[in-house]
Amino acid sequence: MQHKFKDIFQKLGFFFIMMFLGITTAMAQQQEVEMADVMRSNGKIYAVVAVCLIILFGLFFYVFTIDRKLSKLEKENK
Amino acid sequence: MRKSWWKILALLLLIYTITAGFLWKVPRLPILNETIRNLYFHVCMWFGMMIMFIISFIYSIKYLASNKYVYDIYARSYASVGTVLGILGYATGAMWVTVTWMPDQHQSLGAVLKEPKLIGAAIALLIYAAYFVLRSSFTDMDKRARVSAVYNIFAFVMLFPSIWIIPRLVGSLHPGSPGSDSGNPALNKDDMDSTMRVVFYPAVIGWTLLSVWIATLRIRIELLKEKSLIHAA
Repeated sequence: MQHKFKDIFQKLGFFFIMMFLGITTAMAQQQEVEMADVMRSNGKIYAVVAVCLIILFGLFFYVFTIDRKLSKLEKENK
Repeated sequence: MRKSWWKILALLLLIYTITAGFLWKVPRLPILNETIRNLYFHVCMWFGMMIMFIISFIYSIKYLASNKYVYDIYARSYASVGTVLGILGYATGAMWVTVTWMPDQHQSLGAVLKEPKLIGAAIALLIYAAYFVLRSSFTDMDKRARVSAVYNIFAFVMLFPSIWIIPRLVGSLHPGSPGSDSGNPALNKDDMDSTMRVVFYPAVIGWTLLSVWIATLRIRIELLKEKSLIHAA
């Protein structure tokens, strides 16, 4: 009995995978709008994200140090 | 660091903006292509500018109502951060134009230069530039605060015809004008799909919080300066 279920599941699974592949390829053919898929597929977009994050961290660090300096000055001036 | 939780929130929201903004899926649209992601950056600059100018406007009214000098410092700091955001929005918009309107919509440079939304935004920013010129031309502190508060209210009111109303009345290439087929401005519910909203609204909050932070730093510097002047006198 168990064997039979496993068999059916395997067949169903195969069927769904094939269907999914068919749908995705059909969809890929429909959409002709160019996107940076290549860039994402070989992972280079992550470099851009990393660069922007570094800039963001740098910016925040800078603003943070100014904030701290100001707090110090405010304490001294009290 | 004073009241630091929202500063950390700003950092977290902007980390999210950059990662999700670059990697999360966006609608596939012709002409726009991947540049649709500029929405998380370019549009947020204008949102931030508008919020900064609103805060500045409120403090100008408060100054006129109470004559407290601190409110003048607040109004001026928020206006200056707002102007910086406006310039950034303008520059990023110019970048976006060169890859979408110019090559893909086959617009000539002349058509882009005649673009009412760009002219309106330039007028609005120049009016705010004049605010700072006006401020620096006074030697008397009270007079400066009073006149520039009145002028700031005028400048804020001028934002509405120049960037919101006129570009909608006459045709414009910018999304949001009757001439363009992209429909109503930025906040149209058909323009942005739900996957983009998930990134866009946190992005607006993140950029705005960062701007508020910078504005508060400016305010604190000004207050310190005032204090040291009083001590020296």
